[in-house]
Amino acid sequence: MPRAIRTQRKLLTTAVAWFVGLLIFFPILWTFLTSFKTEAEAVANPPLFLNFDWTLENYAVVQERSDYLRFLWNSVFLAGGSTLLGILVGVPAAWSMAFVPSRRTKDILLWMLSTKMLPAVGVLYPIYLIFIRLGLLDTRVGLVVVLMLINLPIIVWMLYTYFREIPGEILEAARMDGANLRSELLYVLTPMALPGIASTVLLNFILAWNEAFWTLNLTAVDAAPLTAFIASYSSPEGLFFAKLSAASTMAIAPILILGWFSQKQLVRGLTFGAVK
Amino acid sequence: MKWRNSLCAATVCTLVATAVVSAETITIATVNNGDMIRMQGYTDDFTEKTGHEVEWVTLEENVLRQRVTTDITTRGGQFDIMTIGMYETPIWGQNGWLVPLDDLSAEYDTADILPAMRAGLSYDGTLYAAPFYGESSMVMYRTDLMEKAGLEMPAAPTWQFIREAAAVMDDPENGINGICLRGKAGWGEGGALITVTGNSFGARWFDEEWNAQFDQPEWKEALTFYVDLMNDYGPEGYATNGFNENLSLFQQGKCAMWIDATVAASFVTDPEESEVADNVGFALAPNSEGVDKRSNWLWAWALAIPAGTQKEEAAKEFIEWATSKDYIEMVAENEGWANVPPGARTSLYETPAYQEVPFAGITLESINAADPTEPTVEPVPYVGVQFVAIPEFAGIATEVSQEFAAVYAGQQSVDEALAKAQAITNEAMEAAGYR
Repeated sequence: MPRAIRTQRKLLTTAVAWFVGLLIFFPILWTFLTSFKTEAEAVANPPLFLNFDWTLENYAVVQERSDYLRFLWNSVFLAGGSTLLGILVGVPAAWSMAFVPSRRTKDILLWMLSTKMLPAVGVLYPIYLIFIRLGLLDTRVGLVVVLMLINLPIIVWMLYTYFREIPGEILEAARMDGANLRSELLYVLTPMALPGIASTVLLNFILAWNEAFWTLNLTAVDAAPLTAFIASYSSPEGLFFAKLSAASTMAIAPILILGWFSQKQLVRGLTFGAVK
Repeated sequence: MKWRNSLCAATVCTLVATAVVSAETITIATVNNGDMIRMQGYTDDFTEKTGHEVEWVTLEENVLRQRVTTDITTRGGQFDIMTIGMYETPIWGQNGWLVPLDDLSAEYDTADILPAMRAGLSYDGTLYAAPFYGESSMVMYRTDLMEKAGLEMPAAPTWQFIREAAAVMDDPENGINGICLRGKAGWGEGGALITVTGNSFGARWFDEEWNAQFDQPEWKEALTFYVDLMNDYGPEGYATNGFNENLSLFQQGKCAMWIDATVAASFVTDPEESEVADNVGFALAPNSEGVDKRSNWLWAWALAIPAGTQKEEAAKEFIEWATSKDYIEMVAENEGWANVPPGARTSLYETPAYQEVPFAGITLESINAADPTEPTVEPVPYVGVQFVAIPEFAGIATEVSQEFAAVYAGQQSVDEALAKAQAITNEAMEAAGYR
C-alpha cells in the first residue's frame, strides 16, 4: 500500500477515534463545566460552553450541606470490600471450572449469569426482610455481601476466561513438583493470571462504586455511599442542576482518577481473551 | 450549709443526667427541594431547644417514595420521621402504619392548618401527617405579552380563553411559545396535569362502581383539547417536558403562559433566576366553560411518624417545631416572607407582611378551590384531586400517562390512547378486586 494512503488512513482512524472518544466523554465534561455555573447559567438556552462566570459556589454549598468524606469513605469501603470478597470466592470457583470441569460446568456458568437477568427490584422485599431479621440494614457489612453477590457472576466469568488461557500443563508440572492446591493457586496460577485478576478487580471496583439500587435502598445514614450523596441533590421540582453537577463531579472524581491511571491494565485485561 | 450545697449539686447532676438520657437522635427521610433544604439549615435551633439531634436522609422524590414505602411496609424502622405526600398519607393511615397526630400540644394549634390540607392528610377524621408546605396549581403568565396582545387575564380564566390567548401570544419567530404544559409520563408529572384537566372538563377516573371512565366523551374532549392546544402553541418535544423543563423555559422568557404548581411562583419572580421576574401575573387554574370544577390540584409535603418507632416523642417534638407558626416566623425574620414554606397554615395568610408577597393570595385561593373529597363533577368513590388515593393508582396512572405521552409525541391517536387507558385501568382494578 502506498505510504500516502497509509498515512491518510491512519489520520482518518485517529480522527474517528478522537471523535468517538470525545462523544463518550462529553457528558462528563458537560457535568464538570456545569458545576462551575450558576443555576441560571446551567439551564441557559442556547447553552453556555466556556463563556460564563466561573464560580466555586456550588462546591461550597455541597461541602456545607453534606459530609462528603463520610460518603466517600463508605464508597471506598463498599467497593473495595465487595471486590476483595468477590475475588476470594471467585478465584477458587473459576479455577475449578477452568481446570477440573465437570459435565455441568457450562450449565453452572450460564445459571450464574442468568441471575443478572432478574431485575433487582424483583428481590428487593425478600432481601430487605432478611436484612431486617439479621440487623444488617444500613450497615457496611451487609452491603459488602450484597454487592459481592451481584458482581460474583461477572467475577467468575472473567476469571474463568483468563484461567482458560493458561495451559493446564503448567499447573500439572507444579503438582508434580509437590505443590499442594493452596500453593498451586497462590504461587503458580495467581501470578500468571495477574493481569486478568487486576482487570477483574478494577472492573468490579467500578461496578460496585456505581451501583445505585441496593446502595440507595439498603442504607440510610451510616452506610450511605456517594450514590446517596448524588441522589440528595436531584430534584424534579426545582432547578438545581449546577449543584447536582458539583455533587456528581465530586462523586465520580475518585473513580475517574483511578480509571485514568489504570486504563492500560483495564484495556489489556478486557481484551485478554478476545485476541488470541 | 455544706449539706445544702451537696443536695443542690446532686439535684443539678440528676437534671443534667435526665436531659442527656432523654436526648435522642432522630433520623428523618426527606425530599430535595428549597423549603426542605432550608429547614435542614435550622436544625441547630431545634437541637438547642430540645436537646435532640437530627440525622437527615435527603433523596430525590421518586427514590424517597420507593425507599420509605419499602421501609414502612416491612417495618424496617430506618426512619423516625418520613416526608410523605397527600397520596400516601390516607392509605398508610388507614393501614395503621402511621402514628396519629391527634395529641399535639395546644400551642401547636392544629386548627390553624388549612382545612383542605387537614382533610387531605387525614383518614377518618384523624390527622396522620403535618403539612410542612402545601401547593395547588395555577396559571402563570407574562403580563407584558398579555398587554402587548391587548388581552386581560381574568382572575378565573376558562380553557377557551387560555387557547385564545395562547394563539395571540404564540410567536415562534421570537422563540415564544403560547403555552407550556407538562407532557412527561409519570403519575406525578404529566399524569397529574391531565387528571386535573380531565376534572375541569367534567371527566373522572372512575364511576361509583370503580369502572374506568376513559370511554366517556368528557375524557375525549379533555385530551383532544390538551393535545390540540399543545400541538398548536406548545414547545417542541413537550411530550418529555415536566416541571423543571417548563420552569426553565418560562424563566428564559420562552413561554407566554404556564400552568403548574403554585410553588413555582417564587422561582419565576426571583430576579436572580428569572429573566421575566418583573412581568409575571397569576390567575386561577382554568376550567372548561360551563363546568364548575377547575383544573387546580392539591398537594402537600408533610411529616409523618411511622408506627413502631422507638423515638415517637422526640419525633413529635420535631414535627411540632418544623410545622409551627414559630418556625415560619423564624424563616421570615432571617430570609424574608417570600421564602417561608407556603400553603400550610391559615395564620400565615392573615399576616399583613405575607399578604404583600405577590403570589400569596392566589396560592391560598387556588388551594381553597381544590376539594379532595369532591374533585369531579360526577360523584366518585375516591379521595384526591390529581390522584386517586388507592394503593394501585401509582402503577395504573403511570401506565396511562405513558399512553397519553405517546399521543403528545405523535405516536398514536387520542382514541387509541383512551381505549388503551380504559383497558389498562379496568384490568388492574379487576385484578385488585375492586370490580
